Amino acid sequence: MYSVRLWAARHARFFEVIYRIFEPVIVKLHPLWKSVGYQRAEKPVGMLEKLSKGLLFDCKMCGQCILSSTGMSCPMNCPKTMRNGPCGGVRANGNCEVKPEMKCVWVEAWEGSQKMKGGEQIQVVQLPVDHSQKGSSSWLRVARRASDLKQQEYKGDSK
Amino acid sequence: MSFNDGADDCNPVSRKPGYSSAGRLERVLRTGHFAVTAELAPPDSANPEEVYARARVFDGYVDGMNATDGSGANCHMSSVAMCALLSRVGYETVMQISCRDKNRLAIQGDVLGGAALGINNILCLTGDGVQVGDHPEAKPVFDLDSISLLETVARLRDKNEFCSGRKISDPPRVFLGAAENPFVPPYDFRPHRLAKKIAAGAQFIQTQYCFDLPRFRTFMDRSRDLGLLEKCFILPGVGPLASARTAVWMRNNVPGIHIPDAVIKRLEGAKDQKKEGQKICIELIQQLREIEGVSGVHVMAHRQEDTVAEIIEKSGVLDERQLWSPSSDEVLRRNRA
Repeated sequence: MYSVRLWAARHARFFEVIYRIFEPVIVKLHPLWKSVGYQRAEKPVGMLEKLSKGLLFDCKMCGQCILSSTGMSCPMNCPKTMRNGPCGGVRANGNCEVKPEMKCVWVEAWEGSQKMKGGEQIQVVQLPVDHSQKGSSSWLRVARRASDLKQQEYKGDSK
Repeated sequence: MSFNDGADDCNPVSRKPGYSSAGRLERVLRTGHFAVTAELAPPDSANPEEVYARARVFDGYVDGMNATDGSGANCHMSSVAMCALLSRVGYETVMQISCRDKNRLAIQGDVLGGAALGINNILCLTGDGVQVGDHPEAKPVFDLDSISLLETVARLRDKNEFCSGRKISDPPRVFLGAAENPFVPPYDFRPHRLAKKIAAGAQFIQTQYCFDLPRFRTFMDRSRDLGLLEKCFILPGVGPLASARTAVWMRNNVPGIHIPDAVIKRLEGAKDQKKEGQKICIELIQQLREIEGVSGVHVMAHRQEDTVAEIIEKSGVLDERQLWSPSSDEVLRRNRA
């Protein structure tokens, strides 16, 4: 919902704190995801993610969530799906070129990032989005990646 | 013109060590000259003569011509074809690529094809939304954005690989550009966005129309503080306004254009508004040249292309430079014979 999404970006710092607590939990649950099977966990976890983030951020389930790098304003709501910053067509009042009644997603993002502790993440170049990940859970992706990294480190140490 | 390394402008140039391209634009910028580029409107036609006729009006006054890629989301001849036609004759072109109409497969194919056809410069853009153009019913693609596009082309050139990681044998030797618009919100983010563009591979920047000098100065000051001005060449966009009415129309209908009221008032008060528009443009070019970190100007004279030569001439920014044109090849050949 549009008004909830604006509210969420205004409270970017709060959601940053929440996510900082939430991410390690998701990662720690790796044994659970593994025993259930990441494939089978995909459906319920994805559903939960879609419901909660959909309500708060108008999440489009791109599968590669970068909310922490975009001031808690989902860039996939930009009509040009820009993931690296605003286009040059932003209106003088800060609204979108394509949808004049909507505030530019990146104006929100910039304001949100200024409230966050890790706001400078907005300066990181985002690579082209992987469209094959669309609809999948970013949370499980994060958990899997973290455990993969851990394993690699472990292998590296044992060598 | 000739360069201090012995190469003259009339010879086909070869790529110098440390240079990204074999192009004239990169050479002019790197040797510290004040560069002039101009926007070339593509024809709604399949006749190559129309392309050449449009290019000829700039002869001797520009270092490169931007071939737009469906600018304003209107359909025209493609930028890759325009550039290919022009580089056959020896013109220096900047191929614009917009993310609106093509996905990463099509874009990377055009980059390789364009470089094979002799294109030396590529300008990476996101592109206007389809709703402003003549085909509002079209599907907007936006698979990449301007910054991931820059990264993609830089990867092709510097790492010899596609987005997918698959290798290519010969990389496209191109000088990479991007656009910036310091005149629209979020203002504080704009210099950081420039930093992102540079990090992604931008080597030169052409900006949206600059009519608001104080705002541009602020942007340049911030960019200088971030250490960005040593890392890329900045060419602010300029152009003559035909009348106060056109200015108001542009401000209200073209996305991203900011024209201060003072400029419109000045046009309204003038006897000959068209002449006044040109005068404003000349003054702006001269004032922009004085700003530290400005390496040239990009002239966008939509439907007034015939006035560009006079504007550049009167602004005096070319100094003593003799710019290349197809006829200068003739002159050189005659002199040699």
